[in-house]
Amino acid sequence: MALPLRYNFRNVLVRWRTTLFTILGIAAVVAVFVLLRGMARGIERSSGNTGDPRNILVVRKGSQAESGSLVTREQFRTLQYLDGIAKDERGEPVISAELVMIVSAPRRAGAGEANTLLRGVTAGGMELRPQVTLKEGRWFVPGKREVVVAQRLASRFAGFEIGGTIKAGPDRLTVVGHFDGTGSAFDSEAWMDADEARSIFDRDMYSSVLLRPRDEAALTNLVARIQADKRLSLRAEREVDYYSKQTMTAVPIKYLAGMLGVAMSIGAVFAAMNTMYASVAARTREIGTLRVLGFSRAAIVVCFLVEGSFLAMLGGILGSALAWGVYAFVVVRGINFGTMDFQSFAETVFQFRVTPDLMLLGVLFSVAIGLAGSLFPALRAARLPVISALRSL
Amino acid sequence: MAAEPIVVVRDLSKIYRQGDINVVALDHVSLDITAGEFVVLMGPSGSGKSTLLHIIAGIDRPTSGSAKVQGIDIAQLDESQLADWRNQNVGFVFQSFNLIPVLTAAENVELPLLLTDLNGRERRKQVQTALELVGLADRGHHRPDQMSGGQQQRVAIARALVTDPALIVADEPTGNLDAKSAGDVLAILRSLTLTAGKTVVMVTHDPKSAAYGSRSLHLEKGEIAA
Repeated sequence: MALPLRYNFRNVLVRWRTTLFTILGIAAVVAVFVLLRGMARGIERSSGNTGDPRNILVVRKGSQAESGSLVTREQFRTLQYLDGIAKDERGEPVISAELVMIVSAPRRAGAGEANTLLRGVTAGGMELRPQVTLKEGRWFVPGKREVVVAQRLASRFAGFEIGGTIKAGPDRLTVVGHFDGTGSAFDSEAWMDADEARSIFDRDMYSSVLLRPRDEAALTNLVARIQADKRLSLRAEREVDYYSKQTMTAVPIKYLAGMLGVAMSIGAVFAAMNTMYASVAARTREIGTLRVLGFSRAAIVVCFLVEGSFLAMLGGILGSALAWGVYAFVVVRGINFGTMDFQSFAETVFQFRVTPDLMLLGVLFSVAIGLAGSLFPALRAARLPVISALRSL
Repeated sequence: MAAEPIVVVRDLSKIYRQGDINVVALDHVSLDITAGEFVVLMGPSGSGKSTLLHIIAGIDRPTSGSAKVQGIDIAQLDESQLADWRNQNVGFVFQSFNLIPVLTAAENVELPLLLTDLNGRERRKQVQTALELVGLADRGHHRPDQMSGGQQQRVAIARALVTDPALIVADEPTGNLDAKSAGDVLAILRSLTLTAGKTVVMVTHDPKSAAYGSRSLHLEKGEIAA
């Protein structure tokens, strides 16, 4: 049987002065780990939250993103007359050919320039995206060099306020409204009229086509048909599936979280190890006594592993709480974060999210640090010769 | 009275290696201890008395010879069997009390019982009985640093008694106590042999302490002096 947990808890608390810095160190590691994972989670959520499951998005076969795709007008015409597309009240197919361009704009507070996605949409395209709603100002009027930008994007770029201007090719577009993409990838976009965009950028082709099939069966058939048509050479998939795959942006942050997590956890493991070695040294006679009373070597190992884990877990809980505090502050202040999308090289706006499962992951991470840090001290404690341990002062 | 010997030591030797030199701590010692005896081991430092006590208690191993306690040759037990055997058969009392500072008196006394099959209620009952035996029934919730040296040593005796072992070994149990507390502790140990039939083996330097025993053995240079 193992030693009672209260023995471990009290030993950690009794030595609070020596353990405090280890706990704070582990808390810092866990807080950074949880915040970075929270950023990746925010980006993934932004992609996963985009689109309508009833829509099909069509891009050129082989292109990974809309910004790198080309759909000819001929291909669009073919798509337009495919059987199975829903019709609006005028009997027209619910379909939108769109152009996605990258424009460069100055960041706020003189932090240089960054790319942003400019989407040329049609009236149909706006109807196909009910999750995008106007929050301020008005929608653009085609032909007037007007643009409506995402509210979250507006908070990060200079000139994106209503009345401001954005440089687009040889022209300047006037911002006439702000929309809310409800936490989707559209929160990183600026929208203008599709035909006007093709004219400004002198493009003959579109980037993508968004369409609404009549029903679920029609959706399956249309996807299969477009994919199979060798003449079209286009890739069709559910709009939500397309966006949920656009999580590449989160990959570098995930790597960063992983690398920083590993690098910092090595330091934290050594801090925990140092504390636990000191604890073993200070309790040598106590360990000898426990062995004399009949506690096995395994019980001593478990005892110190539990103690190291508990110590680290206190740091983990503190670190997770710290990360949550930062998250709560960011939410209350409405702060948005941005990073570069490595497919379009445009700024992706997101709000990082610290969720209970991430906090739990942070605590588990700290327990792993504690276990790794206390393993060798625990083994040393278990290997102490009983008689010399008893004679220790 | 022809009581069975509880401890039978035969031709026991213990040789330590210190660098290139062999140090003979025990040299072919033979000894019988009968159940209910209060045996005192005396002798100068390095005479081997503590080594003999440790071997009888199963916390050290002989180089040669045998030490049987209740018929079991403890030198033949492996590490894990020896730990179980100590828990069930031997109570320990140390010079420095060796209580766990973060645990209360009752929790300290309960420690050896955690390795038994007793449930929580049974354990608490036995702890209370042991504390009553040493006159500390009302101090169970105190931590060692809230008690005097004499009280701490009585808690240690309660811990040694709580599993109801046949053998209690005490290594200089009064070495850190004032005369009054030392007298109390020795009186308890003696009463355990007289009223509870326990066998006590105690190491001491102090002739006054030795007077509490039923038999004294003097060790010199690893041998029992005649």
